[in-house]
Order: sequence, then C-alpha cells, then structure tokens
Amino acid sequence: MIVEIGHYALVLALATALIVSVLPVIGARRGDAAMMALGTTGSLTMFALVAFSFGVLTWAYVVSDFSVANVWENSHSLMPLIYKYSGVWGNHEGSMLLWLLILVLFSALVAVFGRNLPDTLRANVLAVQAWISTAFLLFILLSSNPFLRLDPAPAEGQDLNPILQDLGLAIHPPLLYLGYVGFSVCFSFAVAALMEGRIDAAWARWVRPWTLAAWTFLTAGIAMGSYWAYYELGWGGWWFWDPVENASFMPWLAGTALLHSALVMEKREALKIWTVLLAIMTFSLSLLGTFLVRSGVLTSVHSFATDPARGIFILCILAIFIGGAFTLFAWRAPMLKAGGLFAPISREGALVLNNLILTVATATVLTGTLYPLILETLTGEKISVGAPFFNMTFGLLMLPLLVAVPFGPMLAWKRGDLPGALQRLYVFAGLALFAGLAFYYVQNGGPVMAIFGLTLGFWGMVGALADLWYRGNFAKVGFSVGLKRLAGLPRSVFGTAIAHFGLGVTVLGIFAATTFGTETVVEMKPGASVDAGGYSLTFDGMREAIGPNYTEERGHFTASRGGVAVADVWSSKRLYTARRMPTTEAGILTFGLSQLYVSLGDPMEGGGIVVRIWWKPFILCIWGGALIMMVGGFVSLSDRRLRVGAPSRKAKAVNPVLEAAE
Amino acid sequence: MTRKQKRLAVIAGGMSFIIVAVLLVMFAFSQSVAYFFMPADLATADIKPGTRIRLGGLVAEGSVKRGQGSTVSFTVTDGSGNVPVTYTGILPDLFREGQGVVTEGAFDAASHEFVADSVLAKHDENYMPKEVADRLKAEGVWEDGKGGGQAAGKTPAREATR
Repeated sequence: MIVEIGHYALVLALATALIVSVLPVIGARRGDAAMMALGTTGSLTMFALVAFSFGVLTWAYVVSDFSVANVWENSHSLMPLIYKYSGVWGNHEGSMLLWLLILVLFSALVAVFGRNLPDTLRANVLAVQAWISTAFLLFILLSSNPFLRLDPAPAEGQDLNPILQDLGLAIHPPLLYLGYVGFSVCFSFAVAALMEGRIDAAWARWVRPWTLAAWTFLTAGIAMGSYWAYYELGWGGWWFWDPVENASFMPWLAGTALLHSALVMEKREALKIWTVLLAIMTFSLSLLGTFLVRSGVLTSVHSFATDPARGIFILCILAIFIGGAFTLFAWRAPMLKAGGLFAPISREGALVLNNLILTVATATVLTGTLYPLILETLTGEKISVGAPFFNMTFGLLMLPLLVAVPFGPMLAWKRGDLPGALQRLYVFAGLALFAGLAFYYVQNGGPVMAIFGLTLGFWGMVGALADLWYRGNFAKVGFSVGLKRLAGLPRSVFGTAIAHFGLGVTVLGIFAATTFGTETVVEMKPGASVDAGGYSLTFDGMREAIGPNYTEERGHFTASRGGVAVADVWSSKRLYTARRMPTTEAGILTFGLSQLYVSLGDPMEGGGIVVRIWWKPFILCIWGGALIMMVGGFVSLSDRRLRVGAPSRKAKAVNPVLEAAE
Repeated sequence: MTRKQKRLAVIAGGMSFIIVAVLLVMFAFSQSVAYFFMPADLATADIKPGTRIRLGGLVAEGSVKRGQGSTVSFTVTDGSGNVPVTYTGILPDLFREGQGVVTEGAFDAASHEFVADSVLAKHDENYMPKEVADRLKAEGVWEDGKGGGQAAGKTPAREATR
C-alpha cells in the first residue's frame, strides 16, 4: 500500500510541477503577487512530495520488499544495510528518482533563500525549474517507474551489482548529482533573464553562489568517482576518458568557465551575453551527460540498461530544453545591453583567456565523445576514441591555462600590469622550477619532459601562495602585520587561492604518478617476492574466506623495506553468490602520498598466481588536490558578500584599501 | 595601439587558439582512433601493419590456452571467421569462453594473428560489448540472454551509476 502512495506522490508532484510551470510566469507578466507566490509554495510542495516518494522507495529497500520489481532486481535480503540504502540509486529508476529529488531540492532552496530576489525573477526562475521537473517526472512515471509491483512476490532478490556494493555508491552519485543538477539553477536564472530581457551585475551576484555550490559538489563527485574506479576495478587507472566520465567532466569544465565569467560580470558588468550563454551550455552539458549515461547510446566501460524508449525520451527532453534555450537566446540576447570593452591585459582579460581555453577544451572533449556516435550513425563505421586522443588534444590545450593561472589574481581590474606581475612572480617561478628539478632528481629517472610537468604543478601551488604573499604584503610589513592584513581580506580571496593551490596539487599528482609509476605483471608462487617502488613485496599464500554475500580467495602479501616487514596487504578475487559474478578486490598500501597497488589475476598450474603490482608515487595528490579545490569552493561560499540575503556591500563600510586590493 | 587595434588583436589571438585546437583535434583523430573489426572483416580488410585496431567477437569454446607467465592465447570468432589472439597480462574478471570480448592491439595480416595489448573488461555478467552484440544479432549467431550466467527471466543489464 505504502508503495502505491509513493507512486501517487510522484503523480501529485507532476500536477504541482505543471501549476508551477505556468501560473508564476503569468503572474510575473501581469504583476500578480499571488500567482507569483505560487512558485514558492509550489516548489516547496514538490520537494515534500518527491522526498516522500524517495523515502518510500528507500523503505522498500530497507525492509527488502521484493514485491517491488526494482527492489527485487537490485537487492538481496543478506546485503549489508548500508548498501540497502545506497542501492536505492544503484539502478536506472532509482538514480533518476535521486536526480529528480536533487532537482526539486534546488528549486526549494531557491524558493527559501531567494527571498531577496525581485519577485518576477524568482517566479520565472522557479517556473523554469518546474519545466525541467515536469520533463523528468514524466520520464520517470512513463518509462522508468521504480514502483512497479511483481505478483507473486519472489522470495529472494537478485542482489545489487557487486561492483556497486561499496561505500563509493553511497557518496559518489549524490555528490555528482548535487553538482550537475545544481547547474540547473544557473540555467533557470539565464532563461528567466532572457524572458525578462534584462540583466545586470546583480544577476551575476545572485547566480554566483549557486554556480559555486554546484561546482564544488561536482568537483567532489568527480574526484570521488575517480578514486572509486581506481580502487574498485582493480585496473590501477584513475581516469579512462570513458564517455561516462566525460559526461560529468564537460559540465565541470564549462561550470569552471561560468564561475570565472560570472565574476567578470559581477565586477565589471561585461561579458553579460557570454555568461548567459555559458550558463545555458553548462546545464545543457549536464543534460547531455544524463542522456549519454542513461540511454546507452555510447559504448563504455560501464554497461547500460539499453532500452531504446528511454533513450528517445531523454533525447526529446534534451532537444526541447537545449533547443528551446538556444532559440530563446538567439531571439532575446540582442535585447540585452552589451557590456563595455576592456584591456586585454587586466584581470578581466585573464578571465576571458580562462574562458577561451576552458570552452575550447570542453569542445574537444565533446568532439571526442560524440564523434564515434556521429560517425556510426552516418557511415556505419565503428571506431573508438580513447585516452591518446584526449591526452593529445585536451592535455596540450590546457597547458597554457595552467601556466597562466597564477597571473590572473596578480593583475588588477581594468588595467593590469603584466611586467609588474612578471616581476612579482619570477622568484616564485624560480622556486617552482627548483622544486620540479629537485623532485625529478629525488625520483631518479623518467623522461626529461617530466620536469616541465612537475614544475607546472609546483607553479600552480606557489602561484597561489604568491597571491596571498603579495596581498598580505609580507615583504614590506613583516609577518605579523601581514597576517593581520590577510585576516582582513574577504573569504573569496582565500577561496580562489585554495582552489588554485589544489589545481596545482592535482597537476603535480598526475605528472608524478604517470612519470614515475611502475607496473609489473608476474607469476608468483608462495614465498616469491617482487620489488616495486623501493619496497619488496612477498607473496605468502592464498586463503579462502566467506563474506556476508560472497566467497573469496584472499592472497596475503607482506611489504618490506630494507629487509624489515612494514605492512601486510590482502588482495582478493570475490565471487558474489547471488549473481555468480566475480570481482577483483585490489590490495592497496598507502605510504605517505604514494600507494602500492596489488591486484590478483588467474591461478596458474603448479600453485602460482598471476599478480599485477603497481607503484603509484604521489597518486593521492590527484584526489587530494580535488579535495583542496572543494575546500576552496566552500570557503568562497562562506564569503558573506556571496551569501544570498546578506546586506549588500554598499550598506557596509568596507576598508577602501582592501576594496582596491581585490 | 588604438582601441580598434586592441580589439582586433584579442580576436586574432582567440581565433588562432581555436584554429590550433581544430588542427590538433584533426591530427589526433588521424593518429589515435582505433577502428572496430570483427574476425570476418579482417579477411578482406586492408590494414597496414602496426595500425591499432579493435577486434571484437566471441571467445571460441575450448580455445583459451595459457602460455609462459601471464601470456594467454585464444581465438576470437564471429561464426564466419576466426582470428587467433595472443595477450600478455591479466584478463578481466568476466573473460570467459563463449562470451563476448573486445580486444585492442595490432593485426598482422601476413600471419593472420592479432597481438592484443588490452582486453576490455565490463561491469556486468550479462554484458556483451555493444558493437559485438549488434553484429552477432544481425548474423543470428547470438541473441539476448544467451551466454550470460543469469537465471532466465527479465535481466536488464544494470549499469553502474558513474
């Protein structure tokens, strides 16, 4: 019964979404406050209904109600409780419901925190959010209903895909969705602005916190997904340029560009039309990502539920929203007043460079992702575009951006002083080069080109520190006064510096791990040992073990350094009994920022087993850097000037020196 | 520089970056894209030695043989053609005889042998690589539900939510 009520709540949510889609827009046209207010109450109602429905599905999972087809297909009574919760979104229907839940959550947040927005803008934004909600509610109700019943109810479920039985499933999808669904708010703001035909710096100030929040969650979600793939799949890789990964990476790249262009718009009232376009593109890429992942059109290391009806449905949603938004853009954008021109060498000039590089890089990733699909449709030829393509194009195009990042914050608004910035930065560049050389020397070997990559990573890090160094004016006023000056700076300055520092850390990790990493595939018998990364790894033998819903063969290894045992590691091959599906559980040892990664292959005749051992130096920098970027995002978000509803800056007496220093 | 010249310089800079990007993409496509073949195609295809291609099909029953160390040889078949493949490394968990597989590497037309450097792993026991499934279905060699380890019934391939 309760399952039916959950289903019914979704139908009610659809009815509410339809009301919110239409009436507030009419209200905004006529200046009818009551109709506009419907947007707020309607959005909150929608959130309550969808949250209830989501709660019902979760409840069905927790009590293992196998009369619900979705639960039967993806759960098992013996599955640990945490996976019963996370298993809710470990399948197509449930994950679409999570997508929707987060979409209406953002609508509700706009309704709650958007009290200081002009009434008409808020009404229009909530209406656009409701259009998207309507589309996805229809999609769920018509093609992906998670509440379908089975009669008679089976006694036992089919278990969740073992790959997904991991803590990663509990964290990664919600974070990722908070990110790319969060960009829907930027999209709605952009469409609402186009509807009103009016846009100014205040608009950018309202949009920026949402962009920042979505970007921060997306950063965390992508990093988490990458780390999950790394430890779970047993392939030792952390990024495969898989279409599904690209699907989440493209909105991130475009979102990063949006974050920077909105800054120009907020401070200088320039780049207005471009920012609106970027907001539309970012969420369009999110929708495209949803389409790629949910419809199964592309070959991928992930396997898909290939149901053509669903694919076509999402394709229609995609066409309507992207096509509609771009049409509206083409029609209304000329009415927006263009901003002023500015000097190429200035803060805004640097941000335009950032936007140019990021959008071009996004376009190359998009090309590489869609080209095989288009080619197959047109000629029937099947190709695969893999890592070499993306490394060659995306990798090379991003290099100038990484070089330029530390210059951006050094340049003043309006008219920057490039020689001045160079003069301030050359000592730091020297430091970065020195660190790169020292790193290369200590790691002993590898191609000389690696020095460039390592230096680039350090450059990002010291560049961020240099920004703080000069803002505190430590060289002139001394350490303690400098610290006081820093304490007086707005939080967003720290947010920028922290995020840029994190970018440097990630770049360093990428170059260090790919340059100095080693991979050994070897047949080992008990007692044999192999050297990797300065450690000696000894195979002690295999043992059988039984888990809650699997059996496993566990290999025990001992890592030692200089003859002294330092750590034990177990690597296993599991067989999940319900699905008869084997998985590899890699054994990972962490030494500082580096890892030793052991993965088992097939047993050989004569008691040996094939073992694959990777030494991954400084690999943790890759995700650590992303975490630092996330922290930067949150620090920036806590800046009171960005807080929606905070009194505007003019009302507050701000130290004019600090103001100028920004 | 006048205002107009400045603007021209910015536009020229932006355009040249975009042109470089386009050239780079075209060059990368010509260099690093792997075409997909089935065993029957290889008999007639004109493939230059050393070109990276993908080979897909079914792992022939009884063809998997272990060699020295971690070297494995097996035959990839599509019902009308067979290609012997050698591969050194660890096979994915779901590699089985009679199952679909996609391998990447180089084909030697003279000896009709394929040396694979990667064998694609997939996340699901019902998995059949999409290209392979399309072709095998078209030729009637394979149909949905066959070759999977799953009990009969509705078993949509579940995807990983990544």
